[in-house]
Amino acid sequence: MLASQRHTYWLLIVPAVLLMLVFYIYPLIQVLWISVTEPYFGLQNYEALLTRPLLHRIWLTTLRICLITTVITVILGYLVAYAMAKVGERQRTTMMFCILLTFWLSVLIRAFAWVMLLRNGGLINSALMSLGIIDSDLPLLRNEFSVIVGMVHFMMPLAVLPIYSNMSGIDGRYVSAARGLGASPWEAFWHIHLPLSKPGLIAATILVFVFSLGFFITPAILGGGKVVMISEYIQVSFEETLRWGQATMLASSLLFAVLLTLALVARFVDLKKVFGAR
Amino acid sequence: MKGDFREKFGRGLVLGGAWTVLAFLILPMVVIFPVSVTDQYYLSLPKDGISLEHYAAFFTNEIWLSATAQSVIIATCATIFAVILGSLCAIGCWRLSTNLSESVRTFMLIPIIVPTIVQALAMYRFWIDLGIIDTYIGVILAHTLVAIPYVIITVSASLANFDLRQEQAARSLGASMPQTIRWVIVPSILPGLLSGALFAFTISFDEIVMVLFITSRAIYTLPKRIWNGIEDHLDPTIAAVATMLIAATLALLLLDLWVRHRRQRRLEQAASVGE
Repeated sequence: MLASQRHTYWLLIVPAVLLMLVFYIYPLIQVLWISVTEPYFGLQNYEALLTRPLLHRIWLTTLRICLITTVITVILGYLVAYAMAKVGERQRTTMMFCILLTFWLSVLIRAFAWVMLLRNGGLINSALMSLGIIDSDLPLLRNEFSVIVGMVHFMMPLAVLPIYSNMSGIDGRYVSAARGLGASPWEAFWHIHLPLSKPGLIAATILVFVFSLGFFITPAILGGGKVVMISEYIQVSFEETLRWGQATMLASSLLFAVLLTLALVARFVDLKKVFGAR
Repeated sequence: MKGDFREKFGRGLVLGGAWTVLAFLILPMVVIFPVSVTDQYYLSLPKDGISLEHYAAFFTNEIWLSATAQSVIIATCATIFAVILGSLCAIGCWRLSTNLSESVRTFMLIPIIVPTIVQALAMYRFWIDLGIIDTYIGVILAHTLVAIPYVIITVSASLANFDLRQEQAARSLGASMPQTIRWVIVPSILPGLLSGALFAFTISFDEIVMVLFITSRAIYTLPKRIWNGIEDHLDPTIAAVATMLIAATLALLLLDLWVRHRRQRRLEQAASVGE
C-alpha cells in the first residue's frame, strides 16, 4: 500500500480515537488524580480502605455476592448450554430464543419484575399464602437472596452464550469413542467433554465475575439500601455526602479490582476472545 | 439395558434442569403482562376483571410520553454517531492491520470493561467543566462513547469475512476512498453494521446509570422515569411500559429469526439449483 493511502486510512481511525481520548480517558484519569489530591495530596483516601470497617464490610459483601453469583450462573449456564448442544434443531432454537430475549431486555425492567414477584404482598408471597404454605410474608426482597437472584438472572445469557459457542464446536465423536471403549456416560462427560469445554467455561466465569463487580442497577433496586455493594456506595458517597475524595478513591479501587482480575486471567486466556473482539 | 436406563435418566435430568433454568429466565417477563392489565390502582393481579387503564395512563400522561420521546431522540443520535465513528474506525484498523492499528482497536474497547459507575462519576466531573450537564449533547456524547466498542466488534466481525481484493479492485479502478466505502465495503458488511446499530440503540435506550449522574431536571429519559417509579411508589403504569418494551424486544427477535431463516432457505435453494 502506498504511504499516502496509509495516511487516508489513519484518517478514518482518528476521529473515534480522539473522541475517546478527550471525553473518556481524560475524565477517567481525572478521577484517579482527584483520588490522590482531594482534600490534599497523598494516599490518605486509600488509607480508609484499610482502616474503616464500613468499607471492609462493603468490599466483603461485594466480593461474596460476586463469587456466589458467578458460581451459580456458570454452573446453571453450563447445564443450559449442554442441553442446547444435545437437543434437536427446533428445541435448540426455542432455548436460544429464551436466552436472547433475556439478553436484550432492559435490565431495569428485569429488576422491576423481580421486585413485583419478591416483595411483601408480592406475587410469590401471596401465592404461597393462598396455598396455605405460609401465613406471613417471607422476607424475599431487600436482602442478599434477592440481589443474587436478580444478578444470576441478569448474568445468565453472558454465561450461556460463550459456553454454548465453544461447546457447539466440540466434535461429538470424542465422547462416542470414549463410550465405545467402555466409559460410562458420566465418565465420558467428566474426562472428555468437560475438559474440552474448558475454554467456554473460563470465558463465562471471567465475564460474569468482572461484570458483577461493578454492577449497580440490580443490587441497588433489589438490595433496597439493605445490601450495599461497592457501586451503590460510590453513588451514595457522591450524591449524599459529596465527598469527592472518597467517591473517586472507591471508583479507582473498583477499576483496579477489575483490571487486576483481568490481568490475572490474561496470563491463561486470550481476553480479546472472551470479550468477542476476535 | 441398565446402562440404557441410566443414560435416559441422565438425559431427562439435564433437559429438565435446563428448562427449569430457562423458565426462571422467562418467568419474570411472563408475569408482568397480567399485572399490567390489573383493574387495581396498585401492583397486583387483576381482581374483578381486566382493564387497560394503565396503558391509557401511559398514552395520556405528558410525563411518560415526553420521557419516551427524549429516549428515542437520544438513542437515535447516539446510534448514528456511534455507527459512523465506530465503523470508520473498524474499517481503518482492518485495512491497515498493523500492530499499532490492532492496539488502537483494543484500546477502543476499554469502555466495555470499565464499570459503569466509574465512567458515570468521571463524566459527571468533566461534563460540569464543559457545561454540558443535563443537556442532550452531554447524554448523547456519553452514550456514543459507550456504544462505539460494540459497533467496532460487530463491524470487525463482518469485515473478517470480507475479501480484501474487492476493495483493492475498486481502488485500482479509480474509485476514491469515500466511494469505495459507500459502494463496496458498506453493502458487504451491512449485517454487521445493522447489528452494531441495534446494539448501540439498545444500549442508549436502556442506559440509566450515567443518566442518573449527568442529568437533573431538563433531561428525563424513559429509564430514569422507570427508576424513579420503582423507587417511589411502584405505579402499575411501569408494568404497562414494561410489557410494551418486552413486546418490542420480542418482535425484533422474531424479525431477526425470520430474516435468518429466509436467508438460510435461499442459500439452500441456491445450493440445490447449483447441483
